Amino acid sequence: MTVLVTGASGLLGGAVARVLVERGDGVRTLQRRPSGVAGAEGVAGSVTDPAVVARALDGVDAVVHLAAKVSLAGDPAEFEQVNVGGTQVLLDAAERAGVRRFVQVSSPSVAHAGSSLVGVGAEPADPVRARGEYARTKAASELLALSRDGAAARRDDGSARASLSVRNPGLNPDEQRRSQPGDLRVVAVRPHAVWGPGDTQLVERIIDRARSGRLPLLGHGAALIDTTYVDNAAEGIVAALDRLQDSPEVVRGRAYVLTNGEPRTVADLLTGICRAGGVAPPRWRVPAKLARGAGGLVEAVWGVRPGADEPPMTRFLAEQLSTAHWFDQRSTWAELRWRPRVSIDEGMRRLAAHYGGAV
Amino acid sequence: MVRIGASTVPPGLPGLDPRFSHVLCVPDGGSPAGARASGGAGVAASGDEWHYLDNGPDLAARGIEPVGTVLAVHGNPTWSYLWRDLVDLATERAVVAAAATGERPGGVPGAWRVVAVDQLEMGLSARSGRHRTLPERVADLGAFTAELGLSGPVVTLGHDWGGVVSLSWAVDHPELLTGVALLNTAVHQPDGVAIPAPLRLALAPGVHRAGTSSTPAFLETTLALAHPRLPADVADAYRLPYRTADDRAGIEGFVADIPADAEHPSRPELDRIATGVAALDVPALLLWGPRDPVFSDRYLDDLIGRLPQARVHRFEGAGHLVAEDVDYAAPVLDWLRGVALGAEQEPVPGMEGQSGRNLLFGTEGFGGRGPIWTGLDERAADPATRAESAVLDMSGSGPGTVTWRALDRQVRRIAAGLHSIGVRRGDRVSLLVQPGPTLTALVYACLRIGAVVVVADAGLGVRGLTRAQRGAWPQYLVGQTKALAAARACGWPGVRISADPLDAVTRRALGVHHELVDVARAGEGHELPPEPGPQDEAAVLFTSGSTGPAKGVVYTHAQLSALRDVLAGHYAVRPESGLVTGFAPFALLGPALGTRSVTPDMDVSAPRTLTARAVADAVRASDARIVFLSPAAILNVVATADALGDADREALERVETFLSTGAPISAELLGSAQALMPNARAHTPYGMTECLLVTDIDLDGIREAASAPDDGVCVGRPIMGAAVGGVTVSALDDDGAATGPPSSGPEVHGVLGEVLVSAPHLKQRYDRLWLTDRAAERDTPPGRWHRTGDVGHLDAEGRLWIEGRLAHVLTTAEGPLAPVGPEQTIERVAAVRRAAVVGVGPAGVQQAVAVLELADGVRRPGLAPEGLGAAVRATSSVPLAAVLVVPQMPTDVRHNSKIDRARLARWADGVLAGGRVGAP
Repeated sequence: MTVLVTGASGLLGGAVARVLVERGDGVRTLQRRPSGVAGAEGVAGSVTDPAVVARALDGVDAVVHLAAKVSLAGDPAEFEQVNVGGTQVLLDAAERAGVRRFVQVSSPSVAHAGSSLVGVGAEPADPVRARGEYARTKAASELLALSRDGAAARRDDGSARASLSVRNPGLNPDEQRRSQPGDLRVVAVRPHAVWGPGDTQLVERIIDRARSGRLPLLGHGAALIDTTYVDNAAEGIVAALDRLQDSPEVVRGRAYVLTNGEPRTVADLLTGICRAGGVAPPRWRVPAKLARGAGGLVEAVWGVRPGADEPPMTRFLAEQLSTAHWFDQRSTWAELRWRPRVSIDEGMRRLAAHYGGAV
Repeated sequence: MVRIGASTVPPGLPGLDPRFSHVLCVPDGGSPAGARASGGAGVAASGDEWHYLDNGPDLAARGIEPVGTVLAVHGNPTWSYLWRDLVDLATERAVVAAAATGERPGGVPGAWRVVAVDQLEMGLSARSGRHRTLPERVADLGAFTAELGLSGPVVTLGHDWGGVVSLSWAVDHPELLTGVALLNTAVHQPDGVAIPAPLRLALAPGVHRAGTSSTPAFLETTLALAHPRLPADVADAYRLPYRTADDRAGIEGFVADIPADAEHPSRPELDRIATGVAALDVPALLLWGPRDPVFSDRYLDDLIGRLPQARVHRFEGAGHLVAEDVDYAAPVLDWLRGVALGAEQEPVPGMEGQSGRNLLFGTEGFGGRGPIWTGLDERAADPATRAESAVLDMSGSGPGTVTWRALDRQVRRIAAGLHSIGVRRGDRVSLLVQPGPTLTALVYACLRIGAVVVVADAGLGVRGLTRAQRGAWPQYLVGQTKALAAARACGWPGVRISADPLDAVTRRALGVHHELVDVARAGEGHELPPEPGPQDEAAVLFTSGSTGPAKGVVYTHAQLSALRDVLAGHYAVRPESGLVTGFAPFALLGPALGTRSVTPDMDVSAPRTLTARAVADAVRASDARIVFLSPAAILNVVATADALGDADREALERVETFLSTGAPISAELLGSAQALMPNARAHTPYGMTECLLVTDIDLDGIREAASAPDDGVCVGRPIMGAAVGGVTVSALDDDGAATGPPSSGPEVHGVLGEVLVSAPHLKQRYDRLWLTDRAAERDTPPGRWHRTGDVGHLDAEGRLWIEGRLAHVLTTAEGPLAPVGPEQTIERVAAVRRAAVVGVGPAGVQQAVAVLELADGVRRPGLAPEGLGAAVRATSSVPLAAVLVVPQMPTDVRHNSKIDRARLARWADGVLAGGRVGAP
């Protein structure tokens, strides 16, 4: 079996590719920078490029789609192009190439609007209410992917099909057969706050900011947050891929939130990461309300600033760090037949081993 | 005045489906005019037009034949809208029942028709402009049901003055009647007792019309009695038929018809009804909201006297509009199911005595050793023992001694004296007297004549005591000055008897009717009335109230005797044993056990004042072999052990049995206490107000259990007789509900579940808490079983382990989790004084959180410091999402030991969602 993993240069994409390589699957990766995954065949390029994507999909049975623009701020058109357009290109090409299984890696932020989340399940993605360009475009792409599940497509009146055929007039009869509705099985997996050694998105930002004394606690730091150690997230995604094969009737067309199932307070998490990184944990506090207000302000200022750097605080981030975000994992455990194997404490130990800090 | 006809309800009233709304014209003695399915307001030609709710046509259209009809009558100034939930739920249940059973001749069990009328001049029924009197209203309702063709069986249901009208119908239609149900109402106004103040005001000249019809004041006042407030749309629905002064004429008329005194024209009819009700022997249900400024518990007590077979439930916190305050519809329908099955025809246990049926029981009914006063009788009759001490009181300067003969004589004098002032079998006598010889004599005097003693601990505080006194509604109250003052100030019920002599001024100020010394003198030389039977009620004991409002627990004589027997049997209490006890319930059992009892010099309401010297003095004075103390007392006894002299230590060495009762105790503390009594076997029994002795464990057992891997506190093995009863466990499901079949077999060993107990000395029932009784007896095996609300497990050796309260169980994604086991592991961390494990998040996916009180204390609540959090996580037997610290745990007032985990959980939920961090 050959699996295409997009976005394998990232922390999670690389981890997924490695899990697949280790168990003996054929793995091809697609990303703009080299993935560095040993044993995988790398294709360089963007998911928005149909020619590159078609090449990458040749002979592939399954796709794990992680490539996305992940950022707290930026040009909305760019988010749209990469996250929605890229997914569209990939889905179209996957159907043409006769791919049977498609795992859309998404985010819990596609389904909520900034209020505190306490023990909730995977609500439907909602591009209207989702906060920030990233969440909005990820919500749209998840809906797009799930709508292309064969079972979902059969339920539709066929209009989506028709438009697809119109857009792709050059299909030969063989390709037409291979892309019959019902062939593609899609599942969405939404890991929350993935972290691990080498993580530039979360871990290294926290350590850098703490080192330079720019890391405050928002509010009391008492909000409970679910996170996911990278190896658990990778195994969960592979579990979803496998369930598309052996129990498609259970998982296809559905979305699953994936976490360690061990919510911790923001203060605990920040302290743990700082200790692991060998820096002192945050000692000063910013009232949560102030941070949310300031985040909105900073966001606005950054919007008119030229350059590609990220704002130090956005409204979305302030909300994420001051309100509870944790999830009901029961259906994820039961239906993906997966449980996290690396605990938060063990993850922190591995982090410390990597960065030379303490636990 | 123009006669205005009836109309059906408009659509859009909250909770009321217009399809249940009908109009029926009852001609003025003419031919039947038949029912109209719908209609608008209009001028009625002749006859009375009634609006009423009826699910009958709806059931008929579905082909469902009901087993009976509920005839519901609203009061003033409500209308049939009051009964909307019942109409709705009855219909829903009928449909479900019919689907389950199919058509049945004679009706579908569980299917009830509900007919709820709007009385004439009220609601959407016709307005004639005439004031109707009670006899007219009674006749009106009879004419309505005749016109409707109502056939039996019928259960009447009434609220407020509708209760009176519904009962009159009941009394007048015995051939159709199969039960009566009532919400706050009254059928009798005792002579010499003023009618309730709000009604006096409404009737006052100059207020009456202005208050009832010219303005909506009476209506608005009534609607404001709801707890919590009525939603605006519901209140508007109640106002719908009473928008104008003319609409409200019926309200005025109804108030005018209140038989405020014996001369009122409607009084004879009221008296006829009141007398007739007392003769009803159909099943009865009384659902009551105690926060009612009009129909207070006085009237509930009167109704219970007339309907002793009634199932009674007082909804603590609910008021006059009890139908709005609580879910009354489901209990009514549950009860109706019993009525239909004939289950409600069985006499209420404990009531047999009042109808003389206790003659069927011999003295064996009391258990092996006879009635509770047998021990006292025997000691006093025996020339060898009657001059010996029965009760010693160590308070004050020196031991006061009462011999068996003197105690017996005093019990007989008080018993006969109480009888002479009118105390009768079944009357309740509240005892608010400090433990000591007087209380002991009072208790046995009451029991001897069949009066029911009401005992509520002063630890409940004045508010708690007020709730308890109103709830039990004793006919008599015996108290010392402090209690009498509280009774006067807070309006506690009961003829007041002072336990102490009072000067005339104080006596008048406190409203005292009798002094105990006079009562006893009046009883001198009088014969005692016949003894009560084993099934007669003997006592109402109040729970501590640490888990919600204190509940009254009813015991019969047989159950008290059984308690005495199990205590005597298990702890080998002999006449020569002697008891030293600083724990009130057991102090009172000395005479029953036929052995002397002594209360050490202490403030019994503050057990932590007891010193080691005081215990030694009591032991020496009485030569007692058994010592009962509460953990709070033991703590201080151990702390003051240095003051013991050689003679004291020598006395304590003679103690054979030592019991810690009332709350859990650590092995360390029990061990320290035993070191003071080196030859005693230290025990700690587990029980509750509902069953005072369930299991027992001794110090060796506790030490042995310490090495077992089980979670929780090991409370030992069941001590009730092996032949009957015991302990079973009903396993918890994933939702934390105790749904497993109760068992003590291997299949439940190690399984977390609710603890059930059965014993001859188990309570009879809760007092006036029928729904609580039902919940405590839900899905129990044959025999008398009680769901304790405690959770735990049995081990393979038959030991019971308690792991917390059912209400405190966490429901995690991994299943239910009881708090006590993990708390014990966390408390091993040296810095932790007390730990509570609570759940945050929604049921089914809760995360465990530890809340700590530290040995060194903290100033502000919040997250635990980094190092402590890590240490706690490392020791805890369960994963913890967070570790929080608080300056002080919320606990019960009495023991300062029962942590209010529910409150802590709500607090932690807010903090960990990112909310404010206030005090829990």
